[in-house]
Amino acid sequence: MTLTRRELLRSTAAGAAGLVVAFHVPLVARAAPRPAAPPLPTPNAFLRIGADDSVTVLLSHSEMGQGIWTGLAMLIAEELECDWAKVRCEHAPAAPVYAHPVFGIQMTGGSSTTWSEFDRYRNVGAMAKDMLVRAAAARWKVAPGGIGVASGMIRSGKNQASFGQLAEAAMKLTPPKAVKLKDPKDWKLIGTPTRRIDTPEKITGKAQFGIDVQFPGLRTAVVARPPAFGSKLVKFDGAAALKVPGVEQVVPTGNGVAVVAKHFWAAKLGRDALVIEWSAPEGGGVTTATQMAEFRETAKKPGMVVSEKGKIDAGLAAAKTKLEAVYEVPYLAHASMEPLNCAVKIENGACEIWTGTQFQTGDQGAAAQILGIKPDKVTIHTTFLGGGFGRRANPASDFVGEAVIIAKAAGVPVKVVWTREDDMRGGYYRPAYVHRIQAGLDDKGKPVAWDHVVVGQSILAGTPFEPMMVKHGVDATSVEGLAESPYLEGASALRVTLHSPKTPVTVLWWRSVGNTHTAFAMESMIDEAAHAAGQDPLAYRMELLKDKPRHAALLKLAADKAGWSTPPAAGRARGLAIHESFGSIVAQVAEISVEQGQIRVHHVTCAVDCGTAVNPMGIEAQIQGSIAFGLSAALHGKLTLDRGRVQESNFHDYQVLRMSEMPRVAVHVMASKAKMGGIGEPATAPIAPAIANAVFALTKQRLRTLPLRLA
Amino acid sequence: MKLDINGSVREVEATPDMPLLWVIRDVLGFTGTKFGCGMAQCGACTVHIDGDPVRACVTPISAVGARKVRTIEGLSTDGLHPVQRAWAEADVVQCGYCQSGQIMTTVALLAKKPDPTDSEIDAALSGNICRCGTYVRIREAVHLAAKLSRGGAK
Repeated sequence: MTLTRRELLRSTAAGAAGLVVAFHVPLVARAAPRPAAPPLPTPNAFLRIGADDSVTVLLSHSEMGQGIWTGLAMLIAEELECDWAKVRCEHAPAAPVYAHPVFGIQMTGGSSTTWSEFDRYRNVGAMAKDMLVRAAAARWKVAPGGIGVASGMIRSGKNQASFGQLAEAAMKLTPPKAVKLKDPKDWKLIGTPTRRIDTPEKITGKAQFGIDVQFPGLRTAVVARPPAFGSKLVKFDGAAALKVPGVEQVVPTGNGVAVVAKHFWAAKLGRDALVIEWSAPEGGGVTTATQMAEFRETAKKPGMVVSEKGKIDAGLAAAKTKLEAVYEVPYLAHASMEPLNCAVKIENGACEIWTGTQFQTGDQGAAAQILGIKPDKVTIHTTFLGGGFGRRANPASDFVGEAVIIAKAAGVPVKVVWTREDDMRGGYYRPAYVHRIQAGLDDKGKPVAWDHVVVGQSILAGTPFEPMMVKHGVDATSVEGLAESPYLEGASALRVTLHSPKTPVTVLWWRSVGNTHTAFAMESMIDEAAHAAGQDPLAYRMELLKDKPRHAALLKLAADKAGWSTPPAAGRARGLAIHESFGSIVAQVAEISVEQGQIRVHHVTCAVDCGTAVNPMGIEAQIQGSIAFGLSAALHGKLTLDRGRVQESNFHDYQVLRMSEMPRVAVHVMASKAKMGGIGEPATAPIAPAIANAVFALTKQRLRTLPLRLA
Repeated sequence: MKLDINGSVREVEATPDMPLLWVIRDVLGFTGTKFGCGMAQCGACTVHIDGDPVRACVTPISAVGARKVRTIEGLSTDGLHPVQRAWAEADVVQCGYCQSGQIMTTVALLAKKPDPTDSEIDAALSGNICRCGTYVRIREAVHLAAKLSRGGAK
């Protein structure tokens, strides 16, 4: 029997069959010390054991490909000692109890799911096991101490029972005040390569994504949105749209017009038949060439101080060698395979939303605000996400809020579906950035003075994260990985500054966020310094990293596995990069050639130190995927604006990596006792500089702009 | 209008220019076939027409005629087609959105080339985009599926 989430909640509240584990972890910052005693429980449901022995894990985070549907379940199962084959997952509803243990709202992002839930989900498993054991002890009238639990069976002497047979009795017990978690040496699942448990539905077409939601009475809407950033709806005529067979309504959305129809195709034809007048973009609109020229000009002067030590002017003046370089990256679309969509039903003062979101709390609040109801009247059904990469974690709740407005105006349940063009031109991009670096090297070639100016839009300004993550005007995501670069610890003069110009182009986090450009600038510039010093890029980095044992060991591992000390085949060259982000360190060596004027990436050797590795098979997948994602940006990704209008529209003019371009990837996970880091994003950033550095080794062309283009 | 799909002939209400994709998804309710681009660029909507891989998003329903359409739902009743088994074994999927299309393209490839080389795999599957970057494991899975198919599994 499959319960819907609503039924589950109802059954939970009514105390029906099934074991519900309650627990609570106080909000602690990642850096803060962990509480000494295990957390006290409060009523919440993260796990349900059915009478049929099924173990259903409720995920407080969203499965968007990163594998937490498997990884979080492993954490519970490790402590619960259940039968892994009986484990199922469901997305939890939107509710305060499912708030991220560190960020305090229900969301998925920042490569934080596994490390932030590592204690909470293991505790759930241990608490449930404790309750099952106590239920068994009461039933058999034996001491709990002599009861054994393995593979979903509970045994004591001649007595034995399955989890399902004891679940109802166990549920009636008070959850334990404290539990003891297993010693890592006793782990059976954690650290074991484990296949995904969402595979069966994803290879049969049964997996439900937001776009797949269907129910009687649900209509589909396609929306005309402003064609340029900064332009506004002036007036529209929906008469022709209403003549399209299947079109039922034309409704304004505030700054757009929605066509509501029986199905997507009618809605799309109706949308195309709308006659709309838009205002010219305010201020003429952003044009890429002009904007980048302005950013370059801005970069000539220091901005808001991010980090400063010593006297930078004197440091640069005293340096033996001075290098200067400007690095540039464009706006990027996330281009998830599933175009944005959201289904909304408003009925009897309540609202139901079906969508693939990374941001339940924000979306719930936005819907409540639009409808003038309390957040707890907004139910969010999180579907699978057909890719997230940050686009579905929008503090502005754009695709959800719009759908709520349309459903409200239309008076019928509506699923808003974006076309690929709508999705690509809909904004919330990785911002364009310019980095200007002046580096001074000493007589041994080491960087002793480093002046680094960053220019690019703030992602966090104006969002609820601003108070937490923007300090003294500096958006931490704009400069992550720079000021704390391990290469610069020995520099006597350092200055990192930031300009955050405002533009009408909306921006957002994009897999690995600021690291997408900071790693490119830093790892390319260090490579330039190595060559200026006449040193091997590996040896040069190893010398700078000699007091950074994790970095040094990882770089050595990647280089050894890539065969750095033996020359590559004729016509090929290697480049390397190492970057720390989201609490993990990743080193990559890329081997490339140039074929018919195009960069061809043959092999990528990747070494990662992410602390405890929960599912090595999932880690390997995330690294392969991150490299593919980073390669798309390194080789192809670029959005171009002309007077506020995005020129690219679909996969023919916004190319992403295809199968024929995918290199061989070797992944080496370093055994590590370091604090656990993230894995969904950290391997994205190093690939662009690794390739740019390989291109230099092969061609002596230093490519400082993404996407990489040979002269 | 009639449509022969997954072994049964269905009466569908659609204008002749309506793409097969939207007939499959919105009229018949088979949602395993995905919308990705609407212009035959990404392969998410790949279905078979008389065994050939076709982009349903640019195929008007009127162009299908009496030919047989097969979607991911018609590939097997139990998810145990050799290509599906290989996908599970190689742990290919991530978000999963493109995988119906990847699998349908692979099934068609193996029907023509039972033991494809890497470059034949690349050529056949380069029309199917995966943003999660599962390409490495797809390659492995195609080779594995070829082996499973040769083993007589159906």
